Amino acid sequence: MDGSDEQEAAFYAIIDADGRIEPRDDMPEAYRRSLVRQIAQHAHSEIIGMQPEGNWISRAPSLRRKAILLAKVQDEAGHGLYLYAAAETLGVSRDELLDKLHTRRQKYSSIFNYPTLTWADVGAIGWLVDGAAITNQIPLTRCSYGPYARAMVRICKEESFHQRQGFEALLALTRGTPEQKAMAQDALNRWWYPSLAMFGPPDTEGGGAKRSTHTEQSMRWGIKRFSNDELRQRFVDMTVPQADVLGLRMPDPDLRWNDERGHYDFTPPDWDELFAVINGDGPCNAQRIEHRVSAHHEGQWVRDAASAYAAKRQRHLEGVA
Amino acid sequence: MSGMWPLWEVFIRARRGMSHIHVGSLHAPDAEMALRHARDVYTRRGEGVSIWVVPSSQITASSPDEKDAFFDPAADKIYRHPTFYDVPADAPHL
Ligand SMILES: [Fe+2]
Ligand SMILES: [Fe+2]
Repeated sequence: MDGSDEQEAAFYAIIDADGRIEPRDDMPEAYRRSLVRQIAQHAHSEIIGMQPEGNWISRAPSLRRKAILLAKVQDEAGHGLYLYAAAETLGVSRDELLDKLHTRRQKYSSIFNYPTLTWADVGAIGWLVDGAAITNQIPLTRCSYGPYARAMVRICKEESFHQRQGFEALLALTRGTPEQKAMAQDALNRWWYPSLAMFGPPDTEGGGAKRSTHTEQSMRWGIKRFSNDELRQRFVDMTVPQADVLGLRMPDPDLRWNDERGHYDFTPPDWDELFAVINGDGPCNAQRIEHRVSAHHEGQWVRDAASAYAAKRQRHLEGVA
Repeated sequence: MSGMWPLWEVFIRARRGMSHIHVGSLHAPDAEMALRHARDVYTRRGEGVSIWVVPSSQITASSPDEKDAFFDPAADKIYRHPTFYDVPADAPHL
């Protein structure tokens, strides 16, 4: 938007009426830039997120689990596509965004920088990581930018299978041998705090009441509907009873129901660790990007062949006509 | 890659008897590949019985800037709606 007061007023009138902004509407440049960053980061997370689980496709314990895992990982590729397409409506190209991912100028969710050490990790990711993603994504189906909101509707429909298959895989382990149950507990121990960190840093700065300016601005724009802490609490409240069904213990000695608040009290994740992982010091940061870049390069001949074939057919059609 | 591949809009008919509805977009080198990609990404759970793909560049759209003036002719013709007409309540089937 070139900043005329009239255009700005029209934009905020739509936002205040809980309407949707569509691609060719006038919008503040900061709104557009913020959306591009958020949607791109979200798209990158979907496709980088294929790696930790992809690691177990060839070693899934049964054909049933293998087919399920393949379908889930394929879904995540689809989620990436929906989101890149939504970002492209804001005037950026997918190539440009992929290039920024490959050169580490744009980020993805730090959760995918942790390794999947055992088969139980696949179950824990479906249950906790997809569970946290759903908690984050459901409010985004009402976000003010139409193409992003519509992509989220489609994604949320597909996510519920992801969470349920993870829970079921863990349940099979917790009902199995003592070794299998221990493996499930170990996976929960390692994935619990990184999952809590998926909601981002606390909204209050230094324990004060002031929300971060970023959250404040996103809420004013109708992109964000709930604070990081509200969503984190919602996830904890939803997940703790599920752990009981699994017969697993949350790795938090201070976790308990607070009657007064009507919520569980819990220990927050280690924020220094989160920032270290975001800034490149996680166990798998380098590996994830290297793998993504090499997969992209190794796929180049397929893209070239498809282009060459399309060009040849076009020439043929023109020659015949 | 996609820098060279054009953008396609994807429309899906969910069931017989319904219209095709826009579901999203994708990049592909030609129409045939666009159809295959559309099947793979937009109908993994039986969401459709028919797919259209249209090059995005071939769509002509009304401009949001002129929307008020453009749609003006519809605004003042309330006699196009059945509720405009006063008819006795006891006239059957109207
Ligand atoms: Fe996803
Ligand atoms: Fe998922």
